Amino acid sequence: MTEVVLRAEGVGKRFGGFAALSGLELEVRAGERLGLIGPNGSGKSTFTNCLAGAFPSHDGAFTFKGEGLAGLKSHERARRGLARTFQLPRPFRGLSVIDNVRVPLAYAGRDAATEERAMECLDSVELAGKANRMPKELTQVELRRLELARATALRPDLLIADEAMAGLSHAEVDQILGLLFRLNAAGTTIIMIEHVMRAVTEFSQRLAVLVAGRKVADGDPRTVLSMPEVEEAYLGR
Amino acid sequence: MSEAAIPALPAAAPRRMGHGAFWLASAAVALLLVLALRGFGNEYAYFAATFVLQYVVLATAWNILGGYAGYVNFGAAAFFAAGAYATVAFGKALGLGLLPCIALAAATGGLMGFATGILTLRLRGAYFAIATLCLSVVLQTIVVNWSYVGGSRGAYVIRPREVPWPFDTYGGYLCAVMVVLAVASVAIARTIERSRLGLGLAALRDDEAAAEAAGVPTLRLKLVATTVSGALMATAGAPLPYLNSYVEPNSAFGLAYAVNAIAMPLIGGTSSWAGPVIGAVLLASLQQAATVTISSAANLLIVGAVLVVFVCAAPHGIVGLFRGRR
Repeated sequence: MTEVVLRAEGVGKRFGGFAALSGLELEVRAGERLGLIGPNGSGKSTFTNCLAGAFPSHDGAFTFKGEGLAGLKSHERARRGLARTFQLPRPFRGLSVIDNVRVPLAYAGRDAATEERAMECLDSVELAGKANRMPKELTQVELRRLELARATALRPDLLIADEAMAGLSHAEVDQILGLLFRLNAAGTTIIMIEHVMRAVTEFSQRLAVLVAGRKVADGDPRTVLSMPEVEEAYLGR
Repeated sequence: MSEAAIPALPAAAPRRMGHGAFWLASAAVALLLVLALRGFGNEYAYFAATFVLQYVVLATAWNILGGYAGYVNFGAAAFFAAGAYATVAFGKALGLGLLPCIALAAATGGLMGFATGILTLRLRGAYFAIATLCLSVVLQTIVVNWSYVGGSRGAYVIRPREVPWPFDTYGGYLCAVMVVLAVASVAIARTIERSRLGLGLAALRDDEAAAEAAGVPTLRLKLVATTVSGALMATAGAPLPYLNSYVEPNSAFGLAYAVNAIAMPLIGGTSSWAGPVIGAVLLASLQQAATVTISSAANLLIVGAVLVVFVCAAPHGIVGLFRGRR
C-alpha cells in the first residue's frame, strides 16, 4: 500500500461563531492526484490555509509525512515540502521572474539556490524565456505558471493548487493541467482545489467534496459527482 | 508588505561587483574623502561634511527596514537620539571616548531595534508606523525626565583637548570618523541588499504571506532588519554631542531627523543602497546651504517641497529615474 503523505484528523476552524471547517477527515497518499471541490464558502481555501499554516486550526491535527504539523509556521511547513499556490497570483512584484524563483530556492534549503536550478524551475513551466522580465509584464496564465514555478522550487512532496485555473481560457487551462500532470509524474502529490469541473475530472484520481465545512463525499470522481448530496450542493434541491 | 506606502521598484540589473570588492572600494572612497577634507582644512567644511554624512548613515539605516523590508519607521529620531544620549550616558558613567561610545550606542540602538521588532512587527502598514512614532514620544519623555543625562536642560560634552594623530583639529577627526561610519553603513546596506537576506526582505516587502509560503521566515528577517537598522541609526546619532558640544531632547528628538530619514531614501530611491546616499547628499547639502544663506527654519520647507515634487514626478526616486531610462 502506498504511504500516506497527509492525514487530516478532525480538523476544525471557526471564525467567530461561524464554523468554516468541522471535523474534517482526509487522507492523501504519495503520488496521488486528489481533487477537492465544493461550492463557494464550503471551506476549501480555509482547509488550504490551515494546512499551509496561514491560519491556526482550532480542532484536530494534520500529519504530514508522519510528522505532526501543529505549531509549525508556514515557512517551516514549506521547508518540509508542503507547497501551495494562491487563488489570485501573488508574485513578488519588485523582483524579476527569476528572482521570484530564487526566493524559495534560497530559503527552503531543499535545493541549491543556483541560477541553473532557478532556470530549471522556470523551464519546467515554460517561463525560461522571461526570466529577466518583471511580473507586471506577464499575462494571467504566465503569472499562474510563475506561482507553480515558485512552488516547484520548494521541490515539494505535496502541492496544493488552489484554483490555479480560475479565469483562464480553455487552452490556458490545458497548459496548466499539462504542467500539473508533469509535476505529478515527477513524484509530487497534488491536491487540486478547483471550480473548473472539466479540469478536476480530467486530473483527479480521487475526489473529495466539501459542503459547509464538512466532507460529504470522497471516492472515485464519477461516482462522487453522481451522488445526490453532491448534486444538491451544487444545483440545489 | 502589501500596505507599504513605498511602491516596489523593478530589481537591479545583474550584480557585478562582489561584496569583498565593494568593501575594498568603500575603504578606498573613505580614505580619499578623508584626504580631500583634510585638504580643505576648514572647520566649517568639516562641520558641513559631518552634518551631511550623519544623514547618509541615518538614511541608509532607515532604508534597511523601510526600503528593503517595506516597514515605514517614523521613529528614526528616537534611535538617532538614543545614539546621542548613549554617548552622553556612557561617556559620563564610564569615562569613555568617542569611539567606544559609538560602539555602545550601536549596541543600544540594536537592542532597541530588536525590542521594537518584538513588540511591533505583528503590526503592519500605518499601525506599525504609528507604533514607531509612539516609541519616539515615549523615549523623549524618559530622556526629558532623566536628570543624569541633563533632562530637559540638555547636556554639555566637552571635546577632548588632544586630537588623535594625524588630525589637526577635533572637527577634522570627527569628520573622518563620520566618513568611516557612512562608508561602513553603506557597505553593510549593500551587502544586505545583495545577499540572501536582501532577497528575503524584498519578498516579504512585496507579499508576506507569499514569502512565508516560499519558505521565508518573515518574522526572523524583520527582527534582523529592525536590529541592524536600529543599530545604524543610533550610530548616526552617537557623534552628535561631540559635533555640537551640546545635546538636548528637543533637538535630538527633532522632527527634522524623523522627516529626513524618510524623505532622503524616498527621494534617492528605496530599492538600492545608492538611493539613500544620493537623497542624503542632495537634501542635507541643500539644507546646509539654506541654513547658512537663509535660515535653518527653511530646512523642513525644502524637504517638504522636494518630497512633493519627487512623489509626483519620480515615485521610485532618482535611482528609479535612471533605471527607468535604461
